[in-house]
Amino acid sequence: MPVAASAIYFLNLRGDVLINRLYRDDVGGNMVDAFRMHIMQTKELGTCPVRQIGGCSFFYMRISNVYIVIVVSSNANVACAFKFVVEAVALFKSYFGGAFDEDAIRNNFVLIYELLDEIMDFGYPQNLSPEILKLYITQEGVRSPFSSKTSDKAVPNATLQVTGAVGWRREGLAYKKNEVFLDIVESVNLLMSSKGSVLRCDVTGKILMKCFLSGMPDLKLGLNDKIGLEKESQLKSRPMKSGKTIELDDVTFHQCVNLTRFNSEKTVSFVPPDGEFELMKYRITEGVNLPFRVLPTIKELGRTRLEVNVKVKSVFGAKMFALGVVVKVPVPKQTAKTSFQVTSGRAKYNASIDCLVWKIRKFPGQTEATMSAEVELISTMAEKKPWTRPPIQMEFQVPMFTASGLRVRFLKVWEKSGYNTVEWVRYITKAGSYEIRC
Amino acid sequence: MSGHDSKYFSTTKKGEIPELKEELNSQYKDKKKDAVKKVIAAMTVGKDVSSLFTDVVNCMQTENLELKKLVYLYLINYAKSQPDLAILAVNTFVKDSQDPNPLIRALAVRTMGCIRVDKITEYLCDPLQRCLKDDDPYVRKTAAICVAKLYDINAELVEDRGFLDTLKDLISDNNPMVVANAVAALAEIQETSTRPIFEITSHTLTKLLTALNECTEWGQVFILDALSRYKAADAREAENIVERVTPRLQHANCAVVLSAVKMILQQMELITSTDVVRNLCKKMAPPLVTLLSAEPEIQYVALRNINLIVQKRPTILAHEIKVFFCKYNDPIYVKMEKLEIMIKLASDRNIDQVLLEFKEYATEVDVDFVRKAVRAIGRCAIKLERAAERCISVLLELIKIKVNYVVQEAIIVIKDIFRRYPNTYESIIATLCESLDTLDEPEAKASMIWIIGEYAERIDNADELLESFLESFPEEPAMVQLQLLTATVKLFLKKPTEGPQQMIQVVLNNATVETDNPDLRDRAYIYWRLLSTDPEAAKDVVLAEKPVIGDDSNSIESSLLDELLANIPTLSSVYHKPPEAFVSRAKSTSARPDDEEYTDAIETSYSEWPSSSVDSAAVTSTSSPVAHSVAKQPGQVAAAPAPTSPPAPVPDLLGDLIGLDNALIPVDQPAAPSGPPLPILLPTSTGQGLQISAQLVRRDGQIFYSLLFENSSQMVLDGFMIQFNKNTLGLAAAGQLQVAPLQPGASARTLLPMVAFQNVSAGPPNTLLQVAVKNNQQPVWYFNDKLSLHIFFSEDGRMERANFLETWKSLPDSNEVTKDLPGAIIHNMDATVEHLAEANVFFVAKRRNANKEILYMSAKGPRGVPLLIELTGSVGVPGVNCAVKTPSPEVAPLFFEAMDTLLK
Repeated sequence: MPVAASAIYFLNLRGDVLINRLYRDDVGGNMVDAFRMHIMQTKELGTCPVRQIGGCSFFYMRISNVYIVIVVSSNANVACAFKFVVEAVALFKSYFGGAFDEDAIRNNFVLIYELLDEIMDFGYPQNLSPEILKLYITQEGVRSPFSSKTSDKAVPNATLQVTGAVGWRREGLAYKKNEVFLDIVESVNLLMSSKGSVLRCDVTGKILMKCFLSGMPDLKLGLNDKIGLEKESQLKSRPMKSGKTIELDDVTFHQCVNLTRFNSEKTVSFVPPDGEFELMKYRITEGVNLPFRVLPTIKELGRTRLEVNVKVKSVFGAKMFALGVVVKVPVPKQTAKTSFQVTSGRAKYNASIDCLVWKIRKFPGQTEATMSAEVELISTMAEKKPWTRPPIQMEFQVPMFTASGLRVRFLKVWEKSGYNTVEWVRYITKAGSYEIRC
Repeated sequence: MSGHDSKYFSTTKKGEIPELKEELNSQYKDKKKDAVKKVIAAMTVGKDVSSLFTDVVNCMQTENLELKKLVYLYLINYAKSQPDLAILAVNTFVKDSQDPNPLIRALAVRTMGCIRVDKITEYLCDPLQRCLKDDDPYVRKTAAICVAKLYDINAELVEDRGFLDTLKDLISDNNPMVVANAVAALAEIQETSTRPIFEITSHTLTKLLTALNECTEWGQVFILDALSRYKAADAREAENIVERVTPRLQHANCAVVLSAVKMILQQMELITSTDVVRNLCKKMAPPLVTLLSAEPEIQYVALRNINLIVQKRPTILAHEIKVFFCKYNDPIYVKMEKLEIMIKLASDRNIDQVLLEFKEYATEVDVDFVRKAVRAIGRCAIKLERAAERCISVLLELIKIKVNYVVQEAIIVIKDIFRRYPNTYESIIATLCESLDTLDEPEAKASMIWIIGEYAERIDNADELLESFLESFPEEPAMVQLQLLTATVKLFLKKPTEGPQQMIQVVLNNATVETDNPDLRDRAYIYWRLLSTDPEAAKDVVLAEKPVIGDDSNSIESSLLDELLANIPTLSSVYHKPPEAFVSRAKSTSARPDDEEYTDAIETSYSEWPSSSVDSAAVTSTSSPVAHSVAKQPGQVAAAPAPTSPPAPVPDLLGDLIGLDNALIPVDQPAAPSGPPLPILLPTSTGQGLQISAQLVRRDGQIFYSLLFENSSQMVLDGFMIQFNKNTLGLAAAGQLQVAPLQPGASARTLLPMVAFQNVSAGPPNTLLQVAVKNNQQPVWYFNDKLSLHIFFSEDGRMERANFLETWKSLPDSNEVTKDLPGAIIHNMDATVEHLAEANVFFVAKRRNANKEILYMSAKGPRGVPLLIELTGSVGVPGVNCAVKTPSPEVAPLFFEAMDTLLK
């Protein structure tokens, strides 16, 4: 049974109900007490997001300072429930203009009630596209330019769009200047052993799109992925152009992309929603260009002294540079005194996270930087267990660089009025979980 | 962009309700609207605003859609509590359902369906009939779901009005969302009905597969879930279906992906071509891996499902083990699940890499995770014969780090490895013996002792090693005692020399005369008899070859596995339990007349001790070497010294706590309550002249530990302190032990107030309460007492007959536990009832059945858990059958002990 929820609660960190909505009759109105008593007030909190208490099951997620709790008593679809919460939060954010927290909920509770009534019926998720919902659910907080004068004519049209085959785009959009912005955002995940061998490495990328296009345009996106290119050359029966191609392990698409067509022709074609959305996500594991190499040496000199030496090398193009580089080197809890020498940036000891934090604002390509630090420890009597060395963690952003090597080859826009569009493409690579064991 | 609704939450000084009433009846629209918002705000924070029902309903007739929705929301919440007044709303509803605006038509039907009041339901049918055939798809899709709502309220009405047929027609609707909602509604109705209502023919299948392409993401989930029940006629049809479904694997919505995976797995059963199957496996892997980059909660759901999938089709993710390596910052629930999957995917090819990972995890901070990582190494050793040696060397390296819990966990798994590969790795025993002193957990101790006993002939000083444990025999937990007993017998049979001969006598004596644990006593007597009658036979029995244990990492039995896979990604597949195990709602064709009470019963039935935690499905690695089944004892804090040993230094247990605020500081006035004689727990002989008698008692709704100290030694004893070890019910002292300095020959009585759930021990419930008492002159004395649940029965446990019946009905049968109490007896009905009432077990009803008296009683256990009791027995004849039904069936063993005591 694809029911996702019997009731949904929004609680603050103290456990007060901010908003709740009962969708089905099979759970009691006070089930949230059970959640407070058996999960929030115990060590259970955070140990497992799906819990059974008595005859009911609870799924919960924390988003900023709000717990969102779903209660069911049937064999509900858990994936559906969590995804619903994620999308509902995205929807609320789009309505509030950014933040989703306790205050935002209190300030918009009437709106949230209205949305909750609309996006789920009897526990079944309905249309959650902000684009469409904003056509007919409006509150003082939000004034979409199209709905400022809610004429009676617009509304029946809305119902057709909610349920229509292109349930994510409204008709009759008109822009003076037709523009598309593409952002390719990649996060590199790395786990490297202390000996410098790569244990796990992958890139999860997403293509974010911002569309300001008139009418009902058909778009087609071309990437330098191997399968897509092969298929293309096969269809056009001409040899593949040489050049770097990459192999995508997996791709997932926004609901606007025609999956059947992707499956047969390997082309990404779609009618985009208006405004900003995540077109696709992809993942690659082969041929990742790691932007940084980290070479740590940590020596324990006796029981009270540590010598830390970290060398970071940038291995991307010399003309590029990384921004906001942070290297976090864990040190034992009983650290007393630290002294540093760095070739660039600044380093300091942060006691709250037990780390030496080394920050470099701008890191040019093909260069290296080192930090050497001496750490003095308070000698403790009871050394219950040796210091477990957590991994070194790194943060960075490298604009105009993709760790996967992915490139947008083309973005074609067709609309029956035949306007010209301007396309903008940006690339950026960020650190996901970039960990080096030491 | 943000609203400012928070102002509605601020309360005014004046009486709120009258003020709101006034505002609601205001003639100004804005004021009216603000008032309704205030009412909703009050409702949200849990205030009862039901008294404003009429005033709010009067606001219903409005052109303002926002206001209308708020009033409807109010109605959904309060109509049930004001069923007579709800009728006031009907007119507006019916009118709204014919409004020219489709949003209002849909809203009216949607809201009416949510109001479970008969008077409203009666009026719902006509509007619903119209809306199902509305021109506007938005209204139709809302009406489709409404049929499911109505079916839940009154199934007969739905069938009489022919709504099911209309709903089936909607499957052919030209609007994909209407189709999806109709499918969802039909699937739900089918689930609660035993009659075939929604049967998927190959015709509907084709239609729905086509609709799939145009649906919203959620609609795709509804359709895929419904279609997964379809059984393809042959391999070709199955292949066709799979081909249509595979593109869904690329969807960004995890629910769509998992539902597609479910459907493909189902159809794969029929596909015979190995090429096709291999190809499908290849296609499913990447989307499953991608789920691991979602939110941690979704990752968890994905991992629980992947766990099942790899049991069924190990090849799918055979090459992807790296993606399950734990990230340092993964939440603990994700790490634990990843570890499980790593074990399942470990193979000769990747074991080196996997071992390196496990070793890394074994040095992390979270103790539970570290333990699981160590166990994982052991499970790999058992699973992969060729890698066993490497696994063992990693375990030995970990033992060398000397982190206590790592060592203990390692020894537990090494014992299993010995059982899996007998006579292969005994060379490492010497290394293990080095850590002997550090073992303080029962399971680790028991494992080590088993190893010593099993390989006694190869360990030169086996007798010395065992002897060191024997000194503390009486204080050891049952599982250690049992192992000690068996190990000593093995040693004696293998080396029948003088030392072991003496040892065996000590052990047999300890395990028979001195113990009251029946398992231990029975086993000891059997050994004794065997040894005294036929030592050769004893050898055959005790030293017999044991069956080699196997790898149980693919532990779910295949028919259950298939059922769970058919339930991807529902709760069932997350809990790894079939739906019947946790869904209390039974299938029924008729409407439930007792609907309201039914849900109330559910509300009250949630338990203090969740009846089943999710991770209970994570099976511990291998069968224990213990031949008899022994309840696992909770971890002990410190090993107890033997009563005969010379005064030992105060162990950490007390040492650490003395400095704390709730430490035990003596006070001079003696409290001397009188009462019945207390059981002696520390005899004079053991206590160097000090005798302690004690018992848990309940007075005025509070729990006390009644203690009697008698000093027959030659010195003044003072500075008494008491400490309780972790125990199942978490009993701990609520205050300080107040005993005056005790002159030689004097005695003192005291009542120590107790609190529960302070230091709860892990593991299955047991009745052991370990107590430590010290004074300034003597060493620390340890003794064991018994917890009895009945002191927890609270005075408000009386239940009305009707309430009892409802609660009984609302609990699933799996929550009922039965036991025969052979020693219990009912001498006289009235006296027994009276006696039990004194212990807060209250009489509900009785009946006779075939010469047996059946008594129904109720009690309220710890943390307010209701206990519904059924006693069956004949008056004057020993032997009472006791059944208990409770939301927390895990307390049952404790409960039976308590009843046994009460009925003696």
